[in-house]
Amino acid sequence: MRAFNEEKILLAHGSGGKLGHDLVEKGFVPAFDNPLLSKLDDSAVFEARGRLAFTTDSYIVTPIFFPGGDIGKLAVCGTVNDLAMSGAVPLYLSLSFIIEEGFLLSDLGKIVNSIKDAAEEAGVKIITGDTKVVNKGSVDKLFINTAGVGVVPHGVEISGSNAKPGDTLILSGPPGHHGIAVMSEREGLKFATQVKSDCAPLNRLVAEMLEVSGDIHCLRDPTRGGLATTLNEFAAQSGVGILIYEDWIPVRDEVQAACEMLGFDPLYVANEGRLVAAVAPDDAEKVLKQMRQNKYGTEAAIIGDVREEHPGKVVMRTRLGASRIVDMLVGELLPRIC
Amino acid sequence: MKFIDEFRDADLAKAVINRVRRNSKRHIRLMEFCGGHTVTIMKHGIRQLLPETVEMLSGPGCPVCVTAHQDLDKAIALSREPEVIITSFGDMLRVPGSYSSLQRVRADGADIRIVYSTLDALQIARGNGDKSVVFIGIGFETTAPTIAASVMQAKEEGIENYYVLSLHKLCPPVIKALLDSGEVKLDGLICPGHVSAVIGSRPWDFAARDYGIACVVAGFEPLDVLQSVEMLVSQLEEGEPKVEIAYRRGVRPEGNLRAQELMSTVFEPSPAYWRGIGEVPESGLRLRKEYQAFDAELCFNFDPGPTLEPKGCICGDILRGVKTPLDCKLFRGACTPEHPVGPCMVSSEGSCASYYHYESL
Repeated sequence: MRAFNEEKILLAHGSGGKLGHDLVEKGFVPAFDNPLLSKLDDSAVFEARGRLAFTTDSYIVTPIFFPGGDIGKLAVCGTVNDLAMSGAVPLYLSLSFIIEEGFLLSDLGKIVNSIKDAAEEAGVKIITGDTKVVNKGSVDKLFINTAGVGVVPHGVEISGSNAKPGDTLILSGPPGHHGIAVMSEREGLKFATQVKSDCAPLNRLVAEMLEVSGDIHCLRDPTRGGLATTLNEFAAQSGVGILIYEDWIPVRDEVQAACEMLGFDPLYVANEGRLVAAVAPDDAEKVLKQMRQNKYGTEAAIIGDVREEHPGKVVMRTRLGASRIVDMLVGELLPRIC
Repeated sequence: MKFIDEFRDADLAKAVINRVRRNSKRHIRLMEFCGGHTVTIMKHGIRQLLPETVEMLSGPGCPVCVTAHQDLDKAIALSREPEVIITSFGDMLRVPGSYSSLQRVRADGADIRIVYSTLDALQIARGNGDKSVVFIGIGFETTAPTIAASVMQAKEEGIENYYVLSLHKLCPPVIKALLDSGEVKLDGLICPGHVSAVIGSRPWDFAARDYGIACVVAGFEPLDVLQSVEMLVSQLEEGEPKVEIAYRRGVRPEGNLRAQELMSTVFEPSPAYWRGIGEVPESGLRLRKEYQAFDAELCFNFDPGPTLEPKGCICGDILRGVKTPLDCKLFRGACTPEHPVGPCMVSSEGSCASYYHYESL
């Protein structure tokens, strides 16, 4: 954003006047360069064939820069992943910035760059957008709203309601990294950790999984609420029981350590670059092997299976051989007193 | 992970469980005082693994849960005072008082901030010289020394806008009150590990000596708890109740003398009201005269209004070990972690929340 004289975002940047135009034409358009966006018409017009997947999300993370990413990367990956979890090939995104007056243009520049990098990696184009600037205090620094469109290939039928008894559950990597990375930077809670956010676009991983198996029934990225909440959603939506094994969940030491300190359970901590899949048992090994070839699936692991028993409930076999319910996350994750 | 995996080792745990099964002949009732132990027991399914002869009861060892309605009402009333910033540990926010909760008054505009340490609260006081910063001091002997340290620090630095609402509770006196009531017939006690790290194991001697209760101070990993059950079973089978420490990596008989000194410099014992148990003499802590300038109770003129206890909630009975959450008509119906009626459903270490989250099928 060197093209600007100001150091900070002013209300005038969002007023539709000259400053706003400059921001779009010198800041956003060159970064996200593509013919659909460069036209700068009121809407982007494109051809699409087949079944479309359409999603929207808003990003309000605090702090906006965290180990392993920032709000821009998060916005792209989150939207791409939502499309990918329906089996869609993500094509286009929209981006709306709601910026607090006084926000540093240099920070906006960094965020725009990471949006660009993430979009390139995922192979999606940002084809429409909007910028609003609000009075100081009306938002916390920067909010980003997105929408995404993708095409679902013929024959792909993925839904949280498709889990079938017998299905194998595969987790693409160790859980909890995003949540711990963000929390370690949060005001009043700073602690030193090596944990980086797992924030990543998973669409290529999903495409590779779909190449080797036509029997992937459910896919979901366990974001807020963590793995436990996603598994509960599968159980409830599909009307099946889920059994997972404590031993099989690949929790890394540094995440476990942070969780022990804060009184959290890694199963409830947010991820932004992980997925859980319910796969027909005959295809499970094949899918797992394929996932491990992708850089976002090298530590993929089978964590349990789908059952007819205890429909709607997720049960964990503990290390000691007992079993217990794994419930949904309730309320906020709050560190305990003692 | 070092110091975690060893204490969750399945083979070692099975060996301990087998020994407990072999050695336990007569029916015994053990109480785990501490909510942290309740969580370990529920989360790892330990109750299912013990023989029928060993009955486990949950005790009142959850500081959030035992905080009385009237005390919560005080915190809520304080938060409505002008130019007051309330600082609190996170899990207090959702606990319902008589008419509201800190979370709700925060939504109405009260300035309530979650802190993870009293040092953060002090920092907020330093940065907001024109406001009064009140720390809601709840917890047992574990948290009291750090709060004492913050008061001493404030005095040393001349910070005049920092206050503590001291709702602290002390553990040994409430155990004595429970035993005196005779309501719960206990054979053994799993004594709280973190509390004992501060006070040592000696304050539990009275339970073994005067009441014949077997006592073992335990850590919080599954093997810690299992080992303490094994030690309690042995004591009781041999008919020699005494106080033993299973949590040797954290607890010495004399405790942490420096922490005790901090506590007694700033605080003195006072009567305290425990939810479900009532007033217990010498079971609370109030600020000593020299530190009264930091006592929110004395420095603010606020009116918490009349106390209203929720109808049908049996948290009190649960805290005394007389009933379990499964005996409560509200459990899983009117009372859930999203809409808690009583405090035992709010705190992650409350019995009701533990049963709700982890109860086996």
